[in-house]
Amino acid sequence: MGLESLLETVKERFKDEKPPHIHPRAAAKLNIPADLLSKCPRCRFVVFKEDFEKSRKVCTNCNYHARLSWKERLEMTADKNSFVEFDSTMTSRNPISFPDYPERLKTLRKDCDMRDAIMTGECLIRGYKTVIGIMDSNFMMASMGSVVGEKITRAFEYAAREKLPVIIFAASGGARMQEGIISLMQMAKTGGAIAKFAEAGQLFISVITDPTTGGVTASFASLGDIIIAEPKVLIGFAGRRVIQDTIKQKLPDEFQTAEYLLEKGFADMLCERRNMRSCLANLLRIHNYTKKVG
Amino acid sequence: MSKLTATERLALVRLKNRPTVNDYIPLIFNRFTELHGDRYYGDDPAILAGVATFHSIPVTVIAQVKGRDIEENKRTNFAMPHPEGYRKALRLAKQAEKFRRPVICLVDTPGAFCGIEAEERGQGEAIARNLMEFMSLKTPIISIILGEGGSGGALALAVCDELAVLENALYSVISPRGFASILWKDPTREKEAAELLKITSEDMLRFGVAEKIIAEPAGGAHNDCRLTADNIAEYLIEAVRRLSALDTETLLANRYEKFRKIGEFTE
Ligand SMILES: [Zn+2]
Repeated sequence: MGLESLLETVKERFKDEKPPHIHPRAAAKLNIPADLLSKCPRCRFVVFKEDFEKSRKVCTNCNYHARLSWKERLEMTADKNSFVEFDSTMTSRNPISFPDYPERLKTLRKDCDMRDAIMTGECLIRGYKTVIGIMDSNFMMASMGSVVGEKITRAFEYAAREKLPVIIFAASGGARMQEGIISLMQMAKTGGAIAKFAEAGQLFISVITDPTTGGVTASFASLGDIIIAEPKVLIGFAGRRVIQDTIKQKLPDEFQTAEYLLEKGFADMLCERRNMRSCLANLLRIHNYTKKVG
Repeated sequence: MSKLTATERLALVRLKNRPTVNDYIPLIFNRFTELHGDRYYGDDPAILAGVATFHSIPVTVIAQVKGRDIEENKRTNFAMPHPEGYRKALRLAKQAEKFRRPVICLVDTPGAFCGIEAEERGQGEAIARNLMEFMSLKTPIISIILGEGGSGGALALAVCDELAVLENALYSVISPRGFASILWKDPTREKEAAELLKITSEDMLRFGVAEKIIAEPAGGAHNDCRLTADNIAEYLIEAVRRLSALDTETLLANRYEKFRKIGEFTE
């Protein structure tokens, strides 16, 4: 059987359902080239890459909202060609002279097409003007060092002056250890910026995406006026392994998920990726921001 | 001033007889009166808080409690607070703001507790809220690191107008052991990590993270607890008077700027 007819057969079998998601064992038997497939890191089911892209990288089996690059997130969120980047040349120094840190940054800058783990700027979302921050876990697990802290702080200071809302898509492994104590101080710095921003009476929406942990959970990501989480993503303070080692027992699957966060009262809502733009636009409207015309 | 290595200091601050807040508080403050509870969930013995007078000035004291023996450590969870500890700290800081009395935070923790209950009660949220609220608290805040300043769990009591660090105390984004096991997959390289991370009081002064190093007696604070307490008190009275003389607007602007300027980047 040729590859094309094989794909047809598989798709035919699932055509009345959601895009086909295949049990990993079944997928192995089907002998489909691996580069056509994408495996969900949460449920291990396999889907066709093409379908995975079409579903905005949401698993059609378990609804896990997979990680996005900043470009993918921006494209899904902002109105076309509306994004203007802030601080596009800001680059970290090496405060504790950590071996190979500058080289590592250099490589990542090229690979991720960004200067550090967050892109900030302003854009329109369904016509509403907003300051936006997008963290990208491909860049050193989007850990927060000097650049991330400074860019977030400036974004809030700018938005306070311009009377604009701020939306941050958080994703992070926490503080950037390679910058030592300087990275810890970024938690306080962003917290201070948000305190000032609150005095300016503007709206901060924190969107929790996969994974949000450590010093970012313990700073700006938890300080939104409204906290939205994408379904099935990981959110927590301490690492799962650290806790498991302390208590010496296995943790339940739903521990530290978006759903768990909601149940425990630390998120306002879950929002599917396909509804995110309308959800954000709706909240901006309710907070009396007006659409830019033309 | 001694020139101990970071590794030597790490061993020193973990000594069983290193003085704790329970030694210092009676030597520094008068009329200390403990106040309990966060008013939402419970009372966390890892954080001891209350009101006192200091040279006749009313103050609020918030302190992390290392145990002096295994029994006390069991009770205080080895000074690793749960969310309700941080919420108690915030409640009493707000109370201090109401009565316009300075807040003095004594920091000594390996870190915020990592466990199921801490997660489900919002450890991240509790720390985050303290960072934001302490930044705009309308009364002077002075924090002193006595031994271990472990990451976000220490920072939650160290958003302040001035940070002082005992000579041999340490302040770090992650424990050297944690650092070694995450980055090098080898926790036994703890000593190497301790040196690399730049976590001593001199480092803190150099980075602009701390404003003051408080001297310890030769060999460390445990060799003369009273002298160490006197050194702390001597610094504190000067700082309390100086910061209390500032108008609130200046105080808050300076506090914001203290953290605002920390970051090392080019553009
Ligand atoms: Zn899945």
